[in-house]
Amino acid sequence: MKRRLSRDKDGGSSSCVELMEVCKRARCPSENSGDLPSDWAWLPQEILLCIFQYLPLLDRAFAAQVCHGWNQAFHMPELWRCFEFELTQPASSYLKATHPDLIKQIIKKHSNHLQYVSFKVDSSTESAEAACDILSQLVNCSLKTLGLISTARPSFMELPKSHFISALTVVFVNSKSLSSLKIDDTPVDDPSLKVLVANNSDTLKLLKMSSCPHVSPAGILCVADQCHGLRELALNYHLLSDELLIALSSEKHVHLEHLRIDVVSENPGQQFHSIKKSSWDAMVRHSPKFNLVMYFFLYEDEFGPFFREEIPVTHLYFGRSVSKDVLGRVGMNCPRLVELVVCANGLRPLDEELIRIAERCKHLSAIGLGECEVSCSAFVEFVKMCGRRLSQLSIMEEVLIPDHKYGLDEIHWEVSKHLGRVWFPDMMPTW
Amino acid sequence: MAPNSIHWFRRGLRLHDNPALQEAVRGAGTVRCVYFLDPWFAGSSNLGVNRWRFLLQCLDDLDSNLRKLNSRLFVIRGQPANVFPPGDAAIKKLAMEAGVEVIVKISHTLYNLDKIIELNGGQPPLTYKRFQTLISRMDPPEMPVVSSALMGCCVTPISEDHGDKYGVPSLEELGFDTEGLPSAVWPGGETEALTRIERHLERKAWVANFERPRMNANSLLASPTGLSPYLRFGCLSCRLFYFKLTDLYRKVKKTSKPPLSLYGQLLWREFFYTAATTNPRFDKMEGNPICVRIPWDRNPEALAKWAEAKTGFPWIDAIMTQLRQEGWIHHLARHAVACFLTRGDLWISWEEGMKVFEELLLDADWSVNAGSWMWLSCSSFFQQFFHCYCPVGFGRRTDPNGDFIRRYLPVLRGFPAKYIYDPWNAPDTVQAAAKCIIGVHYPKPMVNHAEASRLNIERMKQIYQQLSRYRGLGLLASVPSTHNGNGNGIAYSPGEQQPGTNTPATTVSSSTVASGNRTGSILLNFDNEENQGPSGIQQQQQRLGKTLICVSLFRLLHKGGSVTGKRDRESERDAEGEDDTLSTAHKLQRQIAEITSVHAASGNQSAMVIGYQIHIYANFMDTVNHYKSDLFFPVYFPTDELDEGHIS
Repeated sequence: MKRRLSRDKDGGSSSCVELMEVCKRARCPSENSGDLPSDWAWLPQEILLCIFQYLPLLDRAFAAQVCHGWNQAFHMPELWRCFEFELTQPASSYLKATHPDLIKQIIKKHSNHLQYVSFKVDSSTESAEAACDILSQLVNCSLKTLGLISTARPSFMELPKSHFISALTVVFVNSKSLSSLKIDDTPVDDPSLKVLVANNSDTLKLLKMSSCPHVSPAGILCVADQCHGLRELALNYHLLSDELLIALSSEKHVHLEHLRIDVVSENPGQQFHSIKKSSWDAMVRHSPKFNLVMYFFLYEDEFGPFFREEIPVTHLYFGRSVSKDVLGRVGMNCPRLVELVVCANGLRPLDEELIRIAERCKHLSAIGLGECEVSCSAFVEFVKMCGRRLSQLSIMEEVLIPDHKYGLDEIHWEVSKHLGRVWFPDMMPTW
Repeated sequence: MAPNSIHWFRRGLRLHDNPALQEAVRGAGTVRCVYFLDPWFAGSSNLGVNRWRFLLQCLDDLDSNLRKLNSRLFVIRGQPANVFPPGDAAIKKLAMEAGVEVIVKISHTLYNLDKIIELNGGQPPLTYKRFQTLISRMDPPEMPVVSSALMGCCVTPISEDHGDKYGVPSLEELGFDTEGLPSAVWPGGETEALTRIERHLERKAWVANFERPRMNANSLLASPTGLSPYLRFGCLSCRLFYFKLTDLYRKVKKTSKPPLSLYGQLLWREFFYTAATTNPRFDKMEGNPICVRIPWDRNPEALAKWAEAKTGFPWIDAIMTQLRQEGWIHHLARHAVACFLTRGDLWISWEEGMKVFEELLLDADWSVNAGSWMWLSCSSFFQQFFHCYCPVGFGRRTDPNGDFIRRYLPVLRGFPAKYIYDPWNAPDTVQAAAKCIIGVHYPKPMVNHAEASRLNIERMKQIYQQLSRYRGLGLLASVPSTHNGNGNGIAYSPGEQQPGTNTPATTVSSSTVASGNRTGSILLNFDNEENQGPSGIQQQQQRLGKTLICVSLFRLLHKGGSVTGKRDRESERDAEGEDDTLSTAHKLQRQIAEITSVHAASGNQSAMVIGYQIHIYANFMDTVNHYKSDLFFPVYFPTDELDEGHIS
């Protein structure tokens, strides 16, 4: 039952066989009594467990009212390992919250079973507060994963920092074997990360903390120095340093799999530091397969320090307008590029830049272009050079400028031919 | 004796290409053209004054054109529901019982939408490409009916006090305050529509280029060749438009087969009509089988700022001002404000934006409006969400000089082009020289766009990855791909098709028209132009998905026990005893009953989708149904982590 979440055929059929076996065994005792209701009561716990796993909580609760056996099954620890708390207020969300009584019951009866927990909070401070209250009560639990997810505005940031930190450290101190932690957009700080490291350094594998303004480069460096099993890390560019990369590529450290960096400008004209090529090189030597995902939300004139030298970036996302010059540098200095998304660019066509990217980024397999311009000929050339490895090609129709060779009606044939599959540009409704 | 007939004008406010009207007149002794006007909706708060004005102008125009034919329009004040039961079928039944023959004609769409759905295996196509493929396999639309000597020898009995009893009311009579109301940029009426279509074609012929015109600053302004409001009110027949375009193309290009792109605007309208036709919850997020559930923020203050053009982003505010003043904005402007409200910046539900458009936009059709909003908010139709229109840069690209902004936001007139899209970045001296201090005379920007779009992209990614079960790092791959050309992502699997679950045709089929015997004394004719709204569509019981069968089984068992009431008492006693699960479950049952119904409803819908070519979408929706369940686990945790959590 490895893939209980998905309902695809292979996962389903194998568990079906298992189920049949158990059913056969289960049928024997009921043959004497014969009537249907007792059949259901005889259903072994292991089958019930299998079924219950597929049911939404509410339906499990209904089922628990059928008989004592099913009611007992409702409480099996296996069913309470994963839980997602949804904390919303009617005034700020359209979605329903996890019922307070259920939360109470979980804390009372199942907190020691919880292992994989996430909190989804809406934009209200009350919801973030409620999440912290629950966290502080999880004293006897041992979580493996914890995700704090703001589904609308980042409401954890509006909490008093001390309140948030004390709730979070309850989990850090009690869990001892935390392996995944997603705490983006929260007021987590350096001392709390120290607590995390002191209690969970052997087990921590994943840490996502984009946009946590109270963490300093030294704070994250402490995590990288101590948690040698760390395989995935997400943070903002201001926390990235040569020291951090060196620490992550130390001999004691396992291979890094993903590093995600958000480069966000706080105010126009901000200056950004640069990272030495030697640090990136050390990282690639240590973890040759690691993915470097970078999201840029910068004004055009803030790209100064970026892409001057070779950088092992694999996934590049430009959320705001980016200049032809920068895209030219991307073509020159990003040999490991796999995915490129450009949301906007100036009014001059990106022809040469794309051709260069096709030429030099040999692994490029996904590209998305929003408010940009490319001549149809250059685009066809680009696709021809990349060929079938382009598995994702999302280009807004307005991007393609018809020229002497291709109009909009011809281009989809030409591109489809080179891709080996039917392709169309993305369209927006004209109404 | 020649029968007396009534023509009920609903959405097709025109005399040309009006098959129902023609049918009403044919062989009839008298004809009365009626329109039901519900004055209770109007006037109370000057809401939608442009739309009401447009409607009244349409009715005025109808009346004056009917006068030329020695007839009149009968405007009946009151809700049709007071006179007739809701739903076409019910009206038909009532009429039949009264010995009245009802004739229904379709003329609001180019194609028979049921045919498109039938051709697509019983489900509306969910991508525009798929839609185009389907209609290219269909016969071209029917020609518009020619209506020379429309009235024939048919007369309309008109009483002395017709004007008092059945005249077209004025805006003032409906309670609108018209003082200082500028004249209409988009005057309503069939006559205006027919003038516009000639101008529209003249311009196209003159340009001789049938490709989509590239956007420039001028495209943002209301054009005297614009047609969308006239199509929406039915002042212009879409078939007339279609055939005039075809004729012109043939004349200019000297080729016989025009490309589909020639009819772009008309086909988009048709696409959304088709998508909505069997979906009564098309304009809702909850319970809508094609809409992704996104945890939008509920924020009335932010919504009001957007709707009232006080966002502090001149590009957005100018568009919203134009919308409120004139009732129309360019489609790219719609993209800009819709993206800003929803997935781009404010993270507010598309349903809220749709309601504002419904009130202000002259061409806001129920299905086109809802469909466009779902599209633009990436709530459906497999849209890539990576691209957020920048509320500063997008306008600047379109109109670098900022004239559009100066026109609609005179307060910013003094700003130089350099700062007009982001005046908050202008130095104090520039603000002083422009006589507009940001934060005093014009609001500061209500969000930090870079920060908001960073957060929102992340949110969309999370939602889509959860739905598509995609675990990779790519952003583009998070959205199920539509690149195999049938537009629906996953290959067609005939084995899963369920011919039995097709929703039956709800529009009265045109075959009913064929009945030639007119024995009744009154004929009630109405054009079947009512957009398929939430009412009037019957959902057929659908096969339940596997899970749902399980669920209903449990419910049945539970219900079975409680019929006597004994089971209930027992469970409550149990609850007071050693175990409190039952009581919790009971509470859950009672207090989250709404969820259950939504669950069940959307469950049915998703089952409806299963077996269709896009079963990935069914999985999609399946997940959405389980959104509230603990089965969910965030996708960003490494795979092995996830597996550890499972029972082996």
